[in-house]
Amino acid sequence: MTAPDSEALSSMGQWQQILTAPPVWRVKVQAASWTSAALALRDQGGRLLGLWGEAGHENAFFYIHALGLGSTGYVWITLTVQSGEGQFPSLADIFPAASRMERALYDLTGIRATGNADTRPWLRHQCWPAGIFPLREGQLDGRSFGVDGDADYPFQLIDSVDVHQIPVGPVHAGTIEPGHFRFSCIGEQILRLEERLGYTHKGVERLFQDRDVFAGARLAGRISGDTTVGYAWAYSMAVESIARCEIPPRAAALRAVCLERERMANHLGDLAALGNDAGFAFCQSQFLFIRESLLRENQEIFGHRYLMDCIIPGGVAFDLNSAQIAAIQRNSESWQRTVQRLDLLLQEHSGLRDRLVGTGKIVPPRAAALGMAGLAGRASGQAWDLRVQFPHTPYQNLDVSIQLSQEGDVAARWQLRFREFYESLRLQTRLLMELPEGAVSTTIPESIPDGEGLGIVEAWRGEVFVALSVENARIKRCHPHDPSWTLWPVLEEAVLNDIVADFPLINKSFNLSYSGHDL
Amino acid sequence: MTSLIGWRDQCFQILFVVAAAPLLAGWLQTVRALLQNRRSAGILQPYRDLFRLFHKETLIPEQSSWLFQFSPYVMFGAKIMAVAIVPIIANGLPLASAADVIALVGLLAVARIFQVLAAMDTGTAFGSYGAHREMLISALAEPALLAALFTASLLARSTSLVQIVHLSQIQLFSIHPSMVFAAIAFGFVLLVENARIPVDNPATHLELTMIHEAMVLEYSGRHLALLEWAAQLKLFLYMTIGFALFLPWGIAAKPSLTSLVIAAGLVLVKLFFAVVVLALIETLLAKKRLFRVPEFAITGFLFGVIGLLSHFMLGS
Repeated sequence: MTAPDSEALSSMGQWQQILTAPPVWRVKVQAASWTSAALALRDQGGRLLGLWGEAGHENAFFYIHALGLGSTGYVWITLTVQSGEGQFPSLADIFPAASRMERALYDLTGIRATGNADTRPWLRHQCWPAGIFPLREGQLDGRSFGVDGDADYPFQLIDSVDVHQIPVGPVHAGTIEPGHFRFSCIGEQILRLEERLGYTHKGVERLFQDRDVFAGARLAGRISGDTTVGYAWAYSMAVESIARCEIPPRAAALRAVCLERERMANHLGDLAALGNDAGFAFCQSQFLFIRESLLRENQEIFGHRYLMDCIIPGGVAFDLNSAQIAAIQRNSESWQRTVQRLDLLLQEHSGLRDRLVGTGKIVPPRAAALGMAGLAGRASGQAWDLRVQFPHTPYQNLDVSIQLSQEGDVAARWQLRFREFYESLRLQTRLLMELPEGAVSTTIPESIPDGEGLGIVEAWRGEVFVALSVENARIKRCHPHDPSWTLWPVLEEAVLNDIVADFPLINKSFNLSYSGHDL
Repeated sequence: MTSLIGWRDQCFQILFVVAAAPLLAGWLQTVRALLQNRRSAGILQPYRDLFRLFHKETLIPEQSSWLFQFSPYVMFGAKIMAVAIVPIIANGLPLASAADVIALVGLLAVARIFQVLAAMDTGTAFGSYGAHREMLISALAEPALLAALFTASLLARSTSLVQIVHLSQIQLFSIHPSMVFAAIAFGFVLLVENARIPVDNPATHLELTMIHEAMVLEYSGRHLALLEWAAQLKLFLYMTIGFALFLPWGIAAKPSLTSLVIAAGLVLVKLFFAVVVLALIETLLAKKRLFRVPEFAITGFLFGVIGLLSHFMLGS
């Protein structure tokens, strides 16, 4: 196939398939086709994953990239904007999640999305002047800017004497990542929640530039500590798609083992944290205990608690012997039993159920309109799972079963974590039982050809993708994208029928990334 | 001479309670840690925390008034006065006649009012939210406490704690149905008033769910130390009021040094077990939704009223 299986899309331009599993098509379009491509995607039930910009040579032109998902695969659409125009049509009316991405795109590249009424800065917290766009050429070289803080950000407030505001964060009472939440309330009832993110912006995309692809892999693994496997795999997949090399089957299986272990560790951590937020000490300590044993096993067998740098371009940086495999299998049996017992026990705990059921509800139609995916999306009936719909090696042979719920409340996201934990354990057992023999990595040539590649995996929050372009064996542009971009705005809606005191629980049930979003 | 001995006992009781209150908190933390498979920081950790806080800088918010600085002393002072009134170790202490159970409830209410005002004084959202929630819940818990205390007062035909304890000490093993209900009501109030799970989470770091902690968020240094100490005293006080009403065995009736020491030891033994029960509740229950907490407090009130009713119906 040379084009995605959709008439509206295939007539749009010269399509090129840059990845077969999962299928990713690439097209460069004119401004006229930009909006119609988005409409075509939405009409076939697709959604927008990411939107990002790139400055061309000497800032003479700019690329606006969008990654969407159609019925037959992912489509990467690129629009060229001349420097004189300096703008492109906004997609925010078609895909609500685009709004913040367009604001971030302006902050970084200075290209405005016309039609997006919200022109407030998103990632730029007055830490660099309004006329400076970090991703343009020659804007930062050696210069430093004073940090003025973020004093006069215009929040959208409700103008009434009865409504009061609660500013929360970015510095919190606990040790958590920084984000600001502005509540407008009447008493305990939340009328509006507005998020302000970007406090962990550290210029990751700029840091990628001019590195070689191997140094880039280390950086990719450090974008968001809880998703290090997801990012490392997506990045490596992008590198391999540019180098046109296949990784050995054993490497693919071991990568999947890492990814599932990361999913399990995070789900266990979230279950513990949800217990903590519900003030339920027993629940917290039990899940933390299992999670800790998993992390220690990671340290012992894989060499790192969070599996950082286990995945490298070309394969994996470790191998398992039969004794290690046996140890992992033994432990996973005991975890399965313990978690199942806890699952049953907690389903009967009336106090906990009362906190979870019906709280923070997003009904499936709203979830579809907001473009939800990943764990939170599946809890609201959105049947997206890359491992099921577009399985890549080694997932084709594993019959991953998708875990779905229609309820969309905290209880659904809670229960889904259990079910995905069991499924991940099953996948791990199967992967290790059928672990192919052979090498664990293949060599990526130092002189990697120029080109553009994309890697995408179903990490524990949802699809993580990395779009990469390489020139002269150096990274020209690398955009890592977290599903949190789409899910953060959903949180603003999820709290609307609840009270202030339930916000931490709802927030934790999503557990979105700050670092992966702020970049 | 008797009055001098009385004052000696009075001082002993106050000093003993003030010194032992952090120990109670330390034991509670230790049991909680054990129940949760954690290693505890040690039973003496609250003393170390108080020491640390007393030696730290005390910051005062710019916009706050005298209320903010004054309140910790009122809170701590009110708890000391309450400790002086309640027969914890010895009955019939000189200051005990200064106040009856109604005045005791009033004394605790004064402390609460100052805490709530100080929380709103800073003008922060969290302080105000904590204050609002505190008033919502305490408005329901206070009648429950009074109902439980009145049930005991009806039996003793006096609102004086001295009389109540004296009566239950002379008829040690007679069981009054009304007192059983009153004890249940008191248990509810103890959880509500001391910001324990399932009402409030004393260990939480989540600003938006806090009740008691939200009110003290802006405090630091010696002010915070006094507030923490006052909270520990409050828990000690509630538990010992419970003992005075429902388990008065061992409270020294005669002013002798041996009976005083025995009484002090017995209080610690009772607290030892009471804390284990409290830690179990705190480990096995989840915190309630905020709007379910009033129902919880009302349930306590209901038990108090049933206690009163059963006294009239059964005459005991």
